[in-house]
Amino acid sequence: MTPVTAAPEAIRPDPGSENRDIRGFFRRYAGQAGITVAFLLLWLLFVLFAPDTFLSGRIYAAFAATVPMFAIVAIPLTLMIVAGEIDLSFPSTMGLGMVGFVLVWEATGNVSLGVLAALVIGAAAGLFNGLIVVYVNVPALVVTIGTLFVFRGLELVIIGGRNVSLVATRASLPHRLLVGELAGIPTQLLWLLVVAVIGWVFLNRHRFGAAVYVIGDNRDTADLMGIHSGLIRILLFVIVGVAAAFAGILSSLFIDSFFPTVGEGQLLPALAAVFVGGTSVFGGKGTIYGTVLGAFMIGAIAAGIIAAGLTGFYTEFVFGLVIVVSVSVHAIVQRRVG
Amino acid sequence: MQATVPRLELRAVSKRFADIQALTKIDFSLGRNEIVGLIGDNGAGKSTLIKLITGYHTPDEGEILFNGTPVTHLTVDAARALGVETVYQERALADQQTLWRNIFIGRELSTSLGFLRVREMRRETQKLMVDAMGFTSTAITPDSIIKTLSGGEKQGIAIVRALHFDADVVILDEPAMGLSVKETDKLLEFVRAVRSAGKSAILIDHNIFHVYQLADRVVVLDRGIVAGEFIPKQHSIAELMEIMRQIAETGSTSLGRDIASSNGDIS
Repeated sequence: MTPVTAAPEAIRPDPGSENRDIRGFFRRYAGQAGITVAFLLLWLLFVLFAPDTFLSGRIYAAFAATVPMFAIVAIPLTLMIVAGEIDLSFPSTMGLGMVGFVLVWEATGNVSLGVLAALVIGAAAGLFNGLIVVYVNVPALVVTIGTLFVFRGLELVIIGGRNVSLVATRASLPHRLLVGELAGIPTQLLWLLVVAVIGWVFLNRHRFGAAVYVIGDNRDTADLMGIHSGLIRILLFVIVGVAAAFAGILSSLFIDSFFPTVGEGQLLPALAAVFVGGTSVFGGKGTIYGTVLGAFMIGAIAAGIIAAGLTGFYTEFVFGLVIVVSVSVHAIVQRRVG
Repeated sequence: MQATVPRLELRAVSKRFADIQALTKIDFSLGRNEIVGLIGDNGAGKSTLIKLITGYHTPDEGEILFNGTPVTHLTVDAARALGVETVYQERALADQQTLWRNIFIGRELSTSLGFLRVREMRRETQKLMVDAMGFTSTAITPDSIIKTLSGGEKQGIAIVRALHFDADVVILDEPAMGLSVKETDKLLEFVRAVRSAGKSAILIDHNIFHVYQLADRVVVLDRGIVAGEFIPKQHSIAELMEIMRQIAETGSTSLGRDIASSNGDIS
């Protein structure tokens, strides 16, 4: 209140204590606090309107099993959108990777080799996207809409559109590690946790993430300051490709079958999770925490639609709405707060 | 012997963008302990020259020498390693990021595996804010977001960032733009400090008074060529302004040039 008390503040002996300043803390985590409140409100709403569904354990077991299928892609996708890029082709990468899995597994009988093949194909698909975006300099939005069809088409051509039963993989170690259970918890949830922690560390506590934020914020600044923005962006496409292939494996092994349509229907929830989670569509801003909460909100909305007695047809409508509304809200908030 | 080798030298450097010849056979040198003012109209090639020195652009022809040694394939990283630091006209800040992240863009303090030393960077930033920028307000912390700061504060950050990394050659591209009078005084002080620390600087400034006060030598660019070179101390400010006006109008000046060929080092 008086300048007398303000003066010693300015020459505070331990500058580190500035971080623990409570106001600063709230300012720094305002976005994450907001998404947490939204998450809790949504959950309360569902508990109020569909108590039978949302107070039983079964719905949470279902979330644990199905949310990771798109959330595992949503996390690297968050880094990508923070960097100002986007990959809409990942649902097809999920399918294309599985072609590698099926062919290698059928040829060798080895599930691990199949997994490896899928991941390599995912990386290659991402590399293809990244090279075109960076070196041919075409907006990622357009390139990846194209490759969404290219990859799906390639998958269908190679596999001839057939379905493949994966029941024979069930006893294998990779199957148990990827979609088994550990102490009653579906292992895919643990994989999501692993991916989220790695994503958080690399976004917030690694030079890679530091570069990602600057590239999305202002690419000219990044280049002037010696960040190799092209290389980082290509890497982001590769990482999303690998994550997509991994999610394709999880989705297929979970139902013990390969359908050539694997991945279809994952685009909307993954994007919705990222945007609900507060990642800026303009780049430079976004958190892994927000995306993880966002993913579970999206999962809850999908379940809520069914629990509320609406048909599944509403899901797409609602997910689309969620994307438009959350992106708009964040844009308005950003303009207001400055 | 060593002292006569310029810190930085450009020999017959040309640069072309699509159908614009930005620079034609430029000879330029920067001595030790020297501040060179680079002036010229918009589009004269000042920014292009700077971006060649910082490794952002590659010259089509000619040589760039650091301490007498030609450097081929100069990249931003390589230029930095050679001690070139730039305060860009557009400031080169990331607006939505925190102050500490901006100080360390592209060269974050990290472990050998690239993991950030966040606490250390915050602490360094806080120290710089108090010692170098003179930010005493508690409203600004290392976690402040850049876009909440004033123009002068942003410029201060860009300057302190350049200063922090122990540069031999500091390039200032319109550093006074958007600064208050008081902030400008501080800036001039900083540029003088660069010289007294035995470093060199290139100063681009529209304001002839700043250049006159600070520069040991002035290089006038016009339409991509060096149109003149002057020692401000040998002219009145009125003469310098007349020279600039003539060059802007005709591309040359009747007042000749003080230095026949670039040989740098006049310290």
